Amino acid sequence: MTNSIRETTVSRGFLVIGSNTTENHPVLGSMIKKEVINNGKKLIVVDPRKIELSKYADYYFAINPGTNIAILNGFMHVLLKEGLYDKNYVETRCEGFEALSKTLEKYTPEYVAEICGIDNPEDIVSAARLMAGLKPMALYYSMGITQFVSGVNGVKSTANLQMLLGNMGVEGGGVNPLRGQNNVQGACDMGCLPNVYTAYQPVTSEDNKAKFEAAWGVSGLSTKPGLTLLEMFNQAIAGNVKAMYTMGENPVGSDPNQHHIIEALEALEFFVAQDIFLTETAKYADVVFPACAFLEKEGSVSNTERRVQLMHKVLQPQGEVRDDWWIVMQIANRMGAKWNYTKAEDIFEEIRNVTPSYAGITYDRAEWNLLQWPCPNVDHPGTQYLHKEKFSRGLGLFTPIEYTPPAEGTDSEYPMILTTGRILDHFHTGTMTRNSKVLDENVPEGYVELNPNDAENFNIKNGELVSVSSRRGSIRIKARVTAKTKPNVVFIPFHFFEACANVLTIDALDPLCKIPEYKVCSSRIEKIQP
Amino acid sequence: MDQITLTIDGREVRGEKGQTVLEVALKSGIKIPHLCYHPKISKTGACRVCLVRINGTILKASCVEPITEGMNVITEDEEIVKIRKWILELLLSDGDHNCLYCEANGACEFQSLIQRYNIGEVKPDRQRTVKEVDYESSNALRRNENRCILCGRCVKACKEIQVMNVWSFAERGSGTHLVADDDKNIGDSSCAKCGTCVQLCPTGALSFQTVSGKGANWELTSTPSICIYCGVGCKIDFYKNREGVLVKAMGNNTGPNNGHLCVKGRFGFDFVQSNKRLTTPLIKKNGVFEEASWDEALDLVATRLTEIKEKYGSDSIGSLSSAKCTNEENYLMQKFMRAVIGTNNIDHCARL
Repeated sequence: MTNSIRETTVSRGFLVIGSNTTENHPVLGSMIKKEVINNGKKLIVVDPRKIELSKYADYYFAINPGTNIAILNGFMHVLLKEGLYDKNYVETRCEGFEALSKTLEKYTPEYVAEICGIDNPEDIVSAARLMAGLKPMALYYSMGITQFVSGVNGVKSTANLQMLLGNMGVEGGGVNPLRGQNNVQGACDMGCLPNVYTAYQPVTSEDNKAKFEAAWGVSGLSTKPGLTLLEMFNQAIAGNVKAMYTMGENPVGSDPNQHHIIEALEALEFFVAQDIFLTETAKYADVVFPACAFLEKEGSVSNTERRVQLMHKVLQPQGEVRDDWWIVMQIANRMGAKWNYTKAEDIFEEIRNVTPSYAGITYDRAEWNLLQWPCPNVDHPGTQYLHKEKFSRGLGLFTPIEYTPPAEGTDSEYPMILTTGRILDHFHTGTMTRNSKVLDENVPEGYVELNPNDAENFNIKNGELVSVSSRRGSIRIKARVTAKTKPNVVFIPFHFFEACANVLTIDALDPLCKIPEYKVCSSRIEKIQP
Repeated sequence: MDQITLTIDGREVRGEKGQTVLEVALKSGIKIPHLCYHPKISKTGACRVCLVRINGTILKASCVEPITEGMNVITEDEEIVKIRKWILELLLSDGDHNCLYCEANGACEFQSLIQRYNIGEVKPDRQRTVKEVDYESSNALRRNENRCILCGRCVKACKEIQVMNVWSFAERGSGTHLVADDDKNIGDSSCAKCGTCVQLCPTGALSFQTVSGKGANWELTSTPSICIYCGVGCKIDFYKNREGVLVKAMGNNTGPNNGHLCVKGRFGFDFVQSNKRLTTPLIKKNGVFEEASWDEALDLVATRLTEIKEKYGSDSIGSLSSAKCTNEENYLMQKFMRAVIGTNNIDHCARL
């Protein structure tokens, strides 16, 4: 997030696009609800499903999955046409406006409504006018913006809109991606990405290579960017990746096109899995290491607003489980390294040394203070919101973005759009939530949501077992007939391995960041004949 | 901010315009008993336990009394004690408060005040209305209205924090009672099971289904940590009993969640002590996993990775790190892949 969670009280309004906040970030969802319902703030919601927040929205757009860019361009078209954008902000803080405005010309409300499959084009005009009057307005998004082949462009579009409205670098504004995992921000910050070291320092830079070689006491660090997650599996099938080592990941359940992932794991010569359970993925391993669960260890995590917080050891570890870092260190030392960390804090001190944005954060400070990176030195109070006086590149760059359709269109064989996501009571592949009594009882099995119209057309009744197929596979799952999902769209939560949505999803990737298009593929739903 | 100076129990304290006497007193370390007031919700002014004497004359409920310049506040005198005892006795006589059977025993704000003001058994002077007990309908929450003192914290917690508006009061006078939605059982209501009403309840009227039988409140110890689920990063106080079993999760007020939790943050941690956990290293031999010692498993992995690195090159090895692991663990994994294996083939589930 460019801004902070506690700024919901400062925002005068919210645009929530591609985030089912009350189910996936429920505590923040409640904060937004409080501002909207109890304090009269404005809310605009864009989502293919009638999520809970849509009930409280001033304007709600039930767009087709994969058409975010069109509607964002539509809002901006109105802002430009009616001269409602923040001219002073655009002139003094941004560049590239000309090119953007040219691209936006054709995104009239009618054109956008056609692409998005919505019947309220006049509301695009009203919503844009409303946004222009809401300063500051915060934009919240989640995987409903990013999990498309046009994911990067979707993100850039959100930035375009917020710069046009002058909502960047101000308290209560910002572009605020809600990170789905408790330490996905930290894992990225720590350089668990194939192209960067910690704090996004590119591996291709000779300076960075020299810096890390000196810090780590090694030579010959590679300047060639590595493979992304799905590329690793593709290369395993191609025979170029021979061994994999996973720590706390369950790609068989969580990655798109499950059959492909299994094929890749089976093709490996050697596979090591490190986890708290024998997951669907760990079953394919040659060696499995049992790791400590979060309540059994110390360490730091970084939340969606860049806040670094400490985890503490609450419970005694089960059996012979060990800290993940200890296991990695044991292997490293057996392969010639001479690491001698004795506790998590030792590692954090090294992180501070090589990570400029974390340099000012210590365990002691993080325990007692609210610290958000960048925090360059120990006297620095941390950063509540980014881009305050200028953007990190200087002027904010408008990028003209054209709408592009999803990788897979519907046809007569696969006429329905399948979209996937999480639900309130479960998390990811269910490894944790399905092993927690209350949550498992609340929602014990998977389901496919479909609209009453579609249910009637396909002669499917609520609760009936149906078959859902895509070009990649087929699953059996119970139908849940609900107006929450719009006609021609079905939704499957991906937590349930026995009715695994990722058997169906497509592994088409965004060309730049390689995110898979989980949010849209074509599918078919059929009644199972008794 | 307009600073206001006032005197509480002879001590000069400062507050800001708009603050109440109770808020300034609590902030200054001066304790005034209270039941309906809670810092996370709007002011109710219902229980009157927090009454104080203003400027030597009038008695006011300190939780709703704004501070004024030069105000002189006495938090307790003979008459105040008498009235407080009278209020507490009334509350006690209107309910069925047997601490022996109550989950809140030892962590009950009402019990603390009963003890502090040395109140003995109170005989009800009229037939007490027997109210609803619902221990069955929800797998998450229990409700016993005979322990309810009608402070309204739960109603406001649901309205102002979780914003689900499940709880409200129905009927009037001595018949006043709590209802979920339009008088449904909690289990059949729209309750999202965030548990914030239980966390704010000053008695045992609302409690957690999952806590019963795991130990008395004074046997529990708590340690703060961060929730494992979404990116909000809620800070949670985790309570365990003497046997080391996790008992409950309560929202910590210093985290980004400001004390609030969702259903996963409240009830989603059984997995840590599940008997399905992996507890020893496993090595697959002839297609079947066998338990192994740490040395055996670590040696095998180091040997095989070294062989593969030498035979096919560093880039033939890849690693997936985890958004569920700590910064330290992630850092070390990428350092291992880059400095020891010699490849940038490191990624994690950020895109999933």
